[in-house]
Amino acid sequence: MRNLVYFLIISALIVLVGQFQSWNLALSILNLCIISAIMALGVNIQWGYAGLFNVGIMGFAALGGLAAMLISMPPVREAWSAGGLGIAGGIVALILTVLCAVFSYRKMRGTRFRTLIVVLVSVVGYFVLRSFFDPASDAIEKVNPASSGYLGGLGLPILLAWPVGGVLAGAAAWVVGKITLGLRADYLAIATLGISEIIVAMLKNEDWMTRGVKNVVGLPRPVPYEINLQQSDWFIQLAARLQTDPVTFSSIFVKICYAGLFGVVLLLVLYLSEKALRSPWGRMMRAIRDNEVSSEAMGKDVKARHLQVFVLGSMVVGIAGAMLTTLDGQLTPSSYQPLRFTFLIWVMVIVGGSGNNWGAILGGFVIWFFWIESEPMGIWLMNTLTSQMDSGSALRAHLIDSAQHMRLMTMGLILLLTLRFSPRGLIPEKNAHH
Amino acid sequence: MELLNALALLSNYVLVPALAYGSQLALGALGVTLVFGILRFSNFAHGDTMAFGTMVTILFTWWFQSMGIHLGPLPTALLAMPFGILFCAAYVLATDRLVYRFYRSKRSDPVIYLIASVGVMFVTNGIVRFIIGPDDQNFADGERFIIKAGEFKKLTGLSEGVSIKLSQGITVITMFIVVALLFWFLNKTRSGKSMRAYSDNEDLALLSGINPDRVVAITWILAAALATIAGTLYGLDKSFKPFTYFQLLLPIFAAAIVGGLGNPLGAIAGGFVIAFSEIMITYAYKRVIAYLVPGDWVPDGLIQLLSTDYKFAVSFVILLLVLLVRPNGIFKGTGV
Repeated sequence: MRNLVYFLIISALIVLVGQFQSWNLALSILNLCIISAIMALGVNIQWGYAGLFNVGIMGFAALGGLAAMLISMPPVREAWSAGGLGIAGGIVALILTVLCAVFSYRKMRGTRFRTLIVVLVSVVGYFVLRSFFDPASDAIEKVNPASSGYLGGLGLPILLAWPVGGVLAGAAAWVVGKITLGLRADYLAIATLGISEIIVAMLKNEDWMTRGVKNVVGLPRPVPYEINLQQSDWFIQLAARLQTDPVTFSSIFVKICYAGLFGVVLLLVLYLSEKALRSPWGRMMRAIRDNEVSSEAMGKDVKARHLQVFVLGSMVVGIAGAMLTTLDGQLTPSSYQPLRFTFLIWVMVIVGGSGNNWGAILGGFVIWFFWIESEPMGIWLMNTLTSQMDSGSALRAHLIDSAQHMRLMTMGLILLLTLRFSPRGLIPEKNAHH
Repeated sequence: MELLNALALLSNYVLVPALAYGSQLALGALGVTLVFGILRFSNFAHGDTMAFGTMVTILFTWWFQSMGIHLGPLPTALLAMPFGILFCAAYVLATDRLVYRFYRSKRSDPVIYLIASVGVMFVTNGIVRFIIGPDDQNFADGERFIIKAGEFKKLTGLSEGVSIKLSQGITVITMFIVVALLFWFLNKTRSGKSMRAYSDNEDLALLSGINPDRVVAITWILAAALATIAGTLYGLDKSFKPFTYFQLLLPIFAAAIVGGLGNPLGAIAGGFVIAFSEIMITYAYKRVIAYLVPGDWVPDGLIQLLSTDYKFAVSFVILLLVLLVRPNGIFKGTGV
């Protein structure tokens, strides 16, 4: 009952934004709320079900974004003929190197030179790989650097990118998890922090793949374009029947289409998560979370289950990341900021209620809503507070300029206060035995 | 001669910067490792604590400069640093009182501390950006160089110069002084011994009458001092930007883990391991090779193993390797 009220309040808030600011804004808030809710669901799978602390959400979301670009953009033929072969050779060399290193690591167990051999294999492999990559990426980046200078993508429908983004993120999670799970919780946290920094550095610097900071713009959309809508008869008639201006209505219509697509994904992920949570698997996960030692004594493979849940959660984050890039219509590597992507999602999960999927969704909606709306509120607050000061005062100007940084502080405070006074969040986990 | 030139080149671009950077990382990692040894969690707020201490130092530096107080050839920031430490310690103790103490009294899981430290990180980051802004701040004054490349060339007759910035010299010297003081404190004083005892075996320490609140408070003060010193030295050497300090978290954690979390000696070693690997792997060796081999053997490329954009990848890979091979770090990571 109380939960329903929470959801009604947040829906009412979004409707209020629609009434008083604009419906366009309200719908874009709604769309990002849904994406945030999916990311929060992914993190909740890791943290709420298994107690794993992932500080690399940004990286997994960025991999999803990369997938959206790689799947949907049309391939650049000249770039492929200039350096496609070299890149392919580099990738083959990379795979061979990893296989050789793993093989020698496995086969030489117990011998004295194992570490030396593995390092040697990796170093030689690295040089072979670079000898393929370097000329190829130079050649690719020289092809029309102003407009392309990268390989492009596969030219497939962008909706296909959502599951692919999940797979990419899951693969990265598998590598990190394989190494750090089973050690202290701190190590997983630090390793995920590291991998996310590296993934974003790659997106920013591997121009042959992502155009780097030049951004890839104009990703194909899964929904109609405003301009086409405005020119089609049925749409003009619909707008006339609703007595709205077709131009404004077209952008609202597009956002509604997105909201529908995202809503379907949200419901699907929620359904699967709830099913999993209520299944024997979900009970086992919670048992492991609450007492690892006794679950291990019951014959559960704790490390394997942790790896499984870590990969699953990261996949959900990757899907949400691909959706976000689809909505933006562009891949902008510099937009991946840890505070925005990693830590904000954590605030959502903690505030919403860790271990409860509905809580994660509510957290996603509430926190994203306030994150967006707190900026105008903060500036308004600062203006009011400083209204007594001299209008030319430097301090006043500084305070008003700094209002945006209040958001960080507020989010930190919300996190700390929730953790302290209401650690179970807005919608607590059902039958939690804490 | 050619060999000496190559050595000079390497010293200028690898040895000297890595020594300075390594000292900064070592000081940062010492703070992380101390907090870990006593409070048993990895403090994600450490990077931003560094930024906070540095920010106070910068504000005092500006104040001193405006009053005309200078240290002659040395940067004014050294004079302001004690005030930075003071404010930073007060701030960190306040966060302990308001945030961590509650979880200590409940004996919460380490991962809860971890999340709480993320919250503290957020708030500290907000405060720093609020007060000093998110942009680059330059606060170094005094002399710029101990020895300039030109002077070195004239002195030795080599065609490659070695320049040592004053900030690099100060960094290394300060690191030695601070580490000496820290080890004296941990090994010789009563408080230091009680800290080590608490870290080795908390229950036994409590039984023998060690006051846990006192140990924790001392730890936080030490961590704040180390963070401020590391942050100020880094800021003098490069420049101060709040986001850079957040990004320093990764190499600092890597240094602490490589050396073994909770082990101060290991943290210092780890700091230098990370710094030297990072700089050696991202340095372009073309000109060094040009001195060592005959002219027509010189390769076309830069001979750079990894572009500097990926310097974080170096600390990350070292971190993963250590976790794979020796999960407890090079030195055994228990106790302070």
